[in-house]
Amino acid sequence: MIELKHLCKTYSAPDKEIHALEDINLTINDGEIFGIIGLSGAGKSTLVRCINLLEEPSSGQVLVDGKDITKLPRKELLLLRRSIGMIFQSFNLLEQRNVLKNVCFPLEIAGVDRKTAEKKARELLGVVGLADRADSYPSQLSGGQKQRVAIARALASDPKYILCDEATSALDPNTTRSILDLLRQINRDLGVTIIVITHEMKVIDQICDRVAVIDHSRIAEEGKVSEVFTSPQSQIARDLIIPRDRAALDTRNGRKIRLTFNDAYSREPVISNMVLECQAPVNILFADTKEFEGVIYGHMIIELPADPKQADKILVWLKNSPVEWREEV
Amino acid sequence: MLSEMFLKLWHAGLIQKGIWETIYMTVISTAISYVIGLPLGVILTITDKGGIHPIPWLNRVLGVIVNFFRSIPFIILMVAMLPVAKFVVGTSLGNKAMIVMLVIAAAPYIARMVESSVKEVDAGVIEAAQAMGASNFQIIRKVLLPEAKPSLILGAVISMVTILGYSAMASTIGGTGLGQIAISYGHQRFNPDITWICVFLTVLIVQIIQEVGTAIAHRTDKRAKQ
Repeated sequence: MIELKHLCKTYSAPDKEIHALEDINLTINDGEIFGIIGLSGAGKSTLVRCINLLEEPSSGQVLVDGKDITKLPRKELLLLRRSIGMIFQSFNLLEQRNVLKNVCFPLEIAGVDRKTAEKKARELLGVVGLADRADSYPSQLSGGQKQRVAIARALASDPKYILCDEATSALDPNTTRSILDLLRQINRDLGVTIIVITHEMKVIDQICDRVAVIDHSRIAEEGKVSEVFTSPQSQIARDLIIPRDRAALDTRNGRKIRLTFNDAYSREPVISNMVLECQAPVNILFADTKEFEGVIYGHMIIELPADPKQADKILVWLKNSPVEWREEV
Repeated sequence: MLSEMFLKLWHAGLIQKGIWETIYMTVISTAISYVIGLPLGVILTITDKGGIHPIPWLNRVLGVIVNFFRSIPFIILMVAMLPVAKFVVGTSLGNKAMIVMLVIAAAPYIARMVESSVKEVDAGVIEAAQAMGASNFQIIRKVLLPEAKPSLILGAVISMVTILGYSAMASTIGGTGLGQIAISYGHQRFNPDITWICVFLTVLIVQIIQEVGTAIAHRTDKRAKQ
């Protein structure tokens, strides 16, 4: 279990202080895939680096399995880092080493003998589906293959945790999917707890169990992915689910309503019923459905009719309906 | 048409000896300079702001010392360092003394070459190694130097060519080699062809060092090969 308690990180610039993280409190349970989402500059990369102390927090605690690692002597910190694997957006493979030697790297650091290390590395290359590329060099691999090598490398020291810093942001959608599937599989089969940093909602809804939304150096909200998706409490979460520029595609003055459908209503023709019963037209600006653990959730943004009477009719209908909705501002 | 003087020198084996001495001085001086310059370059890199072990004062001090030696023209440095050569090898004459002076001039230069090569190593790769729990020493040995290897080899080639040039200058105050032959047989005894032959031989040696070095660097580099 990883617990962050009152974590703050402040950088001092010549003329002012920059607060990268402010009072972050999070608990990441063993065996889960925990997502941290935010826009760039929100502080998420700093946050993930505080977990293995690549960044030293200015104040607060980082508890890994109950032990405050900010107080560890350097030697013990280096040992601890071996139990926390990390993968990166730019893969960060050693360019002058072949794939096998890259996967051996953490084992070399740990002082494992060459034979044992290579045997282990070959097994792991099998796990990530690259057994036949052991002798290739990183420059000969595609982005997805490089990330697979990086995942094998992260697994080499039998970590309990893996940190993913924008691990799929440099990959195309299909490759992203396959890398996320691989992470899911590793989480399930090896019981590794995975912490995913991303700016993409699709990464969160594809593999995460729980998510924390970070905005302006603070946690804006936190919860099960399905809950955050269906009833986002913060403006930033809503923006991440439906990017504001898309919601605002229509610049006309019409009032906009965001509807959230949970499983029970996502299969019903709610909008059709509403239009038929109110005898008023609505304009659908955006619609999306997602599936979490077999349950379908949907988001829709509609524009109310310009005629206030008709608009009121619809609002009254919505108030009496079980559908979750709120007016967009 | 080769002059009598050249044939005389050739038959006496002086030209061949000059070639050998030039190569010998260059190679030995480069090797010793690297023993000093390589660690110095690495220390300059890692103690710098943003390095893996920043020590600002040490970085500043070393930087000033390196810049001091690098800003003195070699011919002046050479004369100034004669007492140092005498102290180290017991004489201020001959090739041994010249090697001391070449090392004093080249080591700071090489330190900067090494520094720039090592700084090219992707910060992300270093961060990955840190995340895996590598100690700073392991990072130097297993990440910085191996990843910078092709660039270090190219730097070594440039350094070697520079040292070759210095070694010719060193012949003005008592060194031997092609430079000394050019000066004492070519320039001072009015045999321009001897001078030109020495120039040609020096160019040839430089070409060989450059070509071989570049080929090795290219062979070592695993980045661009398909």
